[in-house]
Amino acid sequence: MSTMVNDPRLESERSGNPLQRWFQRFRQSDLGPLPIVFGLLIIWLIFQRTNDKFLSPLNLTNLMAQIAALGTIAVGAVLILLLGEVDLSAGSVSGLCAAVMAVLNVKYGIPGPIAVLAGLFTGLAIGLFQGFWVTRFKIPSFIVTLAGLIGWVGALLYVLGETGTVNLRDKFIVGLASTFLKRDVPNGELYSWLVGILFIIIYAASFIWERQRRKRAGLQFRSIGGLLFQIAVVVILVVGMLLITNADRGLPSAMVFFIAVLVIFDFLTQRTIFGRHVYAVGGNAEAARRASINVPFVRIAVFGLASTLAAFGGILAASRLLAVNQSSGGSDLLLNVIASAVIGGTSLFGGRGTVWSALLGALVIGSISNGMDLLALPSPIKFMITGGVLLVAVTIEAISRQRRESAGR
Amino acid sequence: MPESSSRVPILELRGVSKRFGAVQALSNVNFEAYAGEVVGLVGDNGAGKSTLIKCVAGIHPADDGEIWFEGQRVHIQNPKDAADLGIQTVYQDLALCDNLDVVANLYLGREQTSRLPLDEVSMEKRSLEVLRDLSVSIPSVRTIIASLSGGQRQSVAISRAVMWNSKLVILDEPTAALGVLQSHQVLQLIKNLRQQGLAVIVISHNLADIFEVVDRISILYLGRNNGVFNVHGTSQEQIVAAITGAEFGNNNQGSAPARQRKGGSSR
Repeated sequence: MSTMVNDPRLESERSGNPLQRWFQRFRQSDLGPLPIVFGLLIIWLIFQRTNDKFLSPLNLTNLMAQIAALGTIAVGAVLILLLGEVDLSAGSVSGLCAAVMAVLNVKYGIPGPIAVLAGLFTGLAIGLFQGFWVTRFKIPSFIVTLAGLIGWVGALLYVLGETGTVNLRDKFIVGLASTFLKRDVPNGELYSWLVGILFIIIYAASFIWERQRRKRAGLQFRSIGGLLFQIAVVVILVVGMLLITNADRGLPSAMVFFIAVLVIFDFLTQRTIFGRHVYAVGGNAEAARRASINVPFVRIAVFGLASTLAAFGGILAASRLLAVNQSSGGSDLLLNVIASAVIGGTSLFGGRGTVWSALLGALVIGSISNGMDLLALPSPIKFMITGGVLLVAVTIEAISRQRRESAGR
Repeated sequence: MPESSSRVPILELRGVSKRFGAVQALSNVNFEAYAGEVVGLVGDNGAGKSTLIKCVAGIHPADDGEIWFEGQRVHIQNPKDAADLGIQTVYQDLALCDNLDVVANLYLGREQTSRLPLDEVSMEKRSLEVLRDLSVSIPSVRTIIASLSGGQRQSVAISRAVMWNSKLVILDEPTAALGVLQSHQVLQLIKNLRQQGLAVIVISHNLADIFEVVDRISILYLGRNNGVFNVHGTSQEQIVAAITGAEFGNNNQGSAPARQRKGGSSR
């Protein structure tokens, strides 16, 4: 009944001062995102030392505008990886959906908002189709989405037709990603502060409220110190981001969308039944099935959501570049998307990770790319360093998984 | 336990048969389980233990024979029928999600919400109560399953099976993969289930475990009944003989009380 009380491992975990306990945690490598945050800071320091423009408000604001599309697509990749699946079509889908939007708007004169919706629905339909194929015929998602990777590029070229490039002029579409709140919106700076403060208040209130509820229910609750520390970290991040961007042109609208996507999908995955079921299917699909979870529905829905996010990311990218062309969504986009999700700490084996890894990973990938551009380094070097960082990040993940498993026995 | 012979069994199988192609997996098997009793289902490999519990759990509906539950004739066609009756089965693979914590696993597929968001506080509170009632000790209900020991995982799986108004719990080899201390932990939990008035069916190869925790032993041999024994007054040798069929033909001399009950409740 209480054999574990005699287990020396547990005793050592309970006893000791905070430092020893922290060290215990460190040895068991339950560090969460700390290693990658640390890695990001190192990357920033290195670039700052080689070029003192790197950490300037101008460049950091650019960085945010650059990573928003990548990060949005990576949120979808995180969802798919949580299932233990992979989506190789994310890049092509983003390009195709942006092309659908652009062609509808420019060639057929359909209003911007409707064209954007059409692009998003194209993504949703593709995702549901691929998810259906994976679940119905039990073909590995790797193969189905590999077929998608090739096929949707073909569709992109077909949709673009002979011209090959469609330039965007619609105010709504261009404004999606190319608006800076301070420069382009009246009172934009004020609004960004209001929304930021509102976000902090809601965030802090939800945690304090939860603590009160747990206290009233007689459950273990967090210490005030730990709670204040967590809230302080969020305050510093939000205020820091707003101070930096408002010292330049203001918060880029693409980043606003990206943050909204993160908050919405964090809620969906962490706080709803659907999210719980996504983790359950990724952890043990057979157990989920026996617990009467509708596993095919969860799979198909996640594929649908992921491709919709890919479409949204593609639309943001098109809006920022003011055009859709034959290489939209191609090149290294897919690789960077999956790398972002994995570098941020999402497991390739399903069931572990959060949508915030898309933000962390996109910041790492984006910072490397941005910093090397500032140094005018050629892309061979860029690719090699990005590859190296990916390898280091997955190695940290793999080692921590092994330790977690051996600590479990 | 002794008075159980006068009560209606919570589960009674009468002449259950099951055939897979050319293989007669079960022929005319009788079986009963009472509330507040642990009954061991024992037999050699291929004796039909798994087939029998799958008939009860609704995975392979029986071809022939009757299943009575709480004095009512029932037809169990699929796992949901079994669950609706209050029959839960814990298979050897436990069906836990290693990446989720104890609370999430206990509530898997039955999550509670307060409007849209998950109601973690209520779920955690009830989980703690359930585990405390069953005297299951776990470092924290917010630990993920991957960092629990084998015995703790088994305990979580059993707790999940009993926390949803279950009346009959079937445990398939609950101690097979466990060390001595952890087996002890799980056997203690099985005793707690009996104390709470549940009927428990334990399938096991480990006669030492069977003798520690079980009240009655029902033996299958080549798909047929081969005796029901009361553990009190029966030796391990007699059980082994019945399992291996060495005593085939005169198995009804196993033990007097068991034979009486057998005569009284099956026809």
